Amino acid sequence: MSDITKVFQKLKSKGEGALVGYVTGGDPKPEFTTRIAEALVKGGVDILELGIPFSDPIADGPTIQSASVHALEAGTTPQMVLGLAGEVKNKHGVPVVILTYFNPVFRMGVERFFRLAKSFGVDGVVVPDLPVEEAEAYCEAAKSYGVDTIFLATPSTSNERLCKILGCTSGFLYVVSHFGVTGAREALEESTVQLIQRFVPDTSGRIPLAVGFGVSKPEHAKSIIEAGADGVIVGSTFVNIVRKHEGDVEKMLEELGALARELKEAIKSVGKTE
Amino acid sequence: MKKLDSYPIDGKFGKYGGRFVPEVLMAAIGELEEAYAKVKQDPEFNKELKYYLSEYAGRPTPLYYAENLTKKIGGAKIYLKREDLAHGGAHKINNTLGQALLAKKMGKKRVIAETGAGQHGVATAIACAALGLKAEVYMGSEDMRRQRLNVFRMKLLGAEVHPVDSGSKTLKDSINEAFRDWVTNIESTYYLIGSVVGPHPYPMLVRDFQSVIGNELKEQFRQKEKRFPDALVACVGGGSNAIGTFYPFEDHPEVQLYGVEAAGEGIESNKHAAALGAGSEGVFHGMLTYVLQDTEGQIQTTHSISAGLDYPGVGPEHSFLKTLQRAKYFSATDTETVEAFCALSKEEGIVPALESSHAIAFARKLARKMKREETIVVTLSGRGDKDVEVVADFLGVKI
Repeated sequence: MSDITKVFQKLKSKGEGALVGYVTGGDPKPEFTTRIAEALVKGGVDILELGIPFSDPIADGPTIQSASVHALEAGTTPQMVLGLAGEVKNKHGVPVVILTYFNPVFRMGVERFFRLAKSFGVDGVVVPDLPVEEAEAYCEAAKSYGVDTIFLATPSTSNERLCKILGCTSGFLYVVSHFGVTGAREALEESTVQLIQRFVPDTSGRIPLAVGFGVSKPEHAKSIIEAGADGVIVGSTFVNIVRKHEGDVEKMLEELGALARELKEAIKSVGKTE
Repeated sequence: MKKLDSYPIDGKFGKYGGRFVPEVLMAAIGELEEAYAKVKQDPEFNKELKYYLSEYAGRPTPLYYAENLTKKIGGAKIYLKREDLAHGGAHKINNTLGQALLAKKMGKKRVIAETGAGQHGVATAIACAALGLKAEVYMGSEDMRRQRLNVFRMKLLGAEVHPVDSGSKTLKDSINEAFRDWVTNIESTYYLIGSVVGPHPYPMLVRDFQSVIGNELKEQFRQKEKRFPDALVACVGGGSNAIGTFYPFEDHPEVQLYGVEAAGEGIESNKHAAALGAGSEGVFHGMLTYVLQDTEGQIQTTHSISAGLDYPGVGPEHSFLKTLQRAKYFSATDTETVEAFCALSKEEGIVPALESSHAIAFARKLARKMKREETIVVTLSGRGDKDVEVVADFLGVKI
């Protein structure tokens, strides 16, 4: 059983939703990443997702685009992010997921990428521009190194297609809450709740389901878990804090920790009260 | 091996192409593929497209024997396929009319597009105006500065132009932004991509719509010379006018195919846009293809005097033809291109687009090495009115 699966199981038994926290590796500089991760984990993040910055992030909104630019300007490379993931894993013991566009993986070589990821202790990988149809060699390599392959399902994914996606997915299913790119949003759409309810019968008892894209507030997180999801993925709001307090690290870490705490608090008792 | 014109097979040209896109687009791309397969067989659709291409866009475009240029060089006979005379001033209209008609059949009301030089944006605006669709065009702010005239043209034609300030502020970034719009507005919106790039089925359907170039010239050339040309030359950015020219000849190995990329300030300067000549295999904008990238797989910014070739990737069918050595790819520098631009203007009274001037520059060299009885057809993909300011600036002339 993978570390990701174990965390979801443990939280489920306690009636808690899982908090997956995303930041872009190397933003604003590589030396910040482990401290940012520590603040998030201490605040309550159960699984840390680290992004490998990419020059052309087509699934991301302005917040993460800008984080990628900062990280790349600071000289961040895919190998560095894998190394940083390893440090976080060693120090805090939380599962670490890598998010990357496909080209850096392709360039490194799919097999080599997973070999390296495994050697650093990476638990899972998400590739937003790799649909299951193109993922055969990728899945084989991941499987042989025991790294989870987290695929995405979206509002335009039919249930028939979902079954195909679940056939390739391990760790958890990453549900994209709405049509669009990543980025913090003010409100949660009613359609997101319906989407979770449409997917849950296919995932229940099979694989955890976590919802991301636009999730930024404790009340969003709560509604998502109440709708039947096992976890929430929060990214752009954390990245916004990093950007806002780039010049004042202590303030940045304090706010990151505080937001993680609020989010975690909101999804702690949801399962139990039902 | 299968006949070359039977590709793509399962969305791939050999190993190139494919569909490397966010999951949210997979359903829309599937829908597009189905809709296209249907209209391709539909006599009504083809009749309608033919009507617009001839009555509205002015096809067929002439195949002109460039006698002055030929005599000056003293080698092979040079013909020009005059796409510059198509409505809008470039070959782009062949694709935009086809796709806009397809969008209409699919019931989409809003069309988005990216543009580099502005030619595809203009052609999209034209096709949408003619067919009653709403057009919104993404354009890098750097390109908007270089091509102010085309920005105003698009607005005159009723399109909305969105400046793109991310990345290098050029064509690749406007494609990124168009993808972001598409994932957000997928149900209402048709993404009208401007070249033989992107996820399957785009490289195939844009090629099919552009093949009118090669099909026409095949027939026109047969009437004039009673045979096939010895060589075809076209410029390659994404590569749509080149594929449109090459495709009907891919299975005729006696016809040499030459694509000409932008060498910018020279390949060794690293300021160029020659993906096939100096790039490596990568996954970019939904396709596996040759791309200009660094050792970590970050896509590089490109340079060319022509905004339309300023793109770090290339259509997957070109990668396939290169690997098979069915087509050969060369490049022309900014300087050689401007020389060709001036030469064609002076010798033939035809001001070519800077993109097309790359093809002219290479054809001048090629003709010199060929015999007088041999023939070259150069696809003159667009007219150069839009480039006059850029050329004056390059030559240090104040206008």
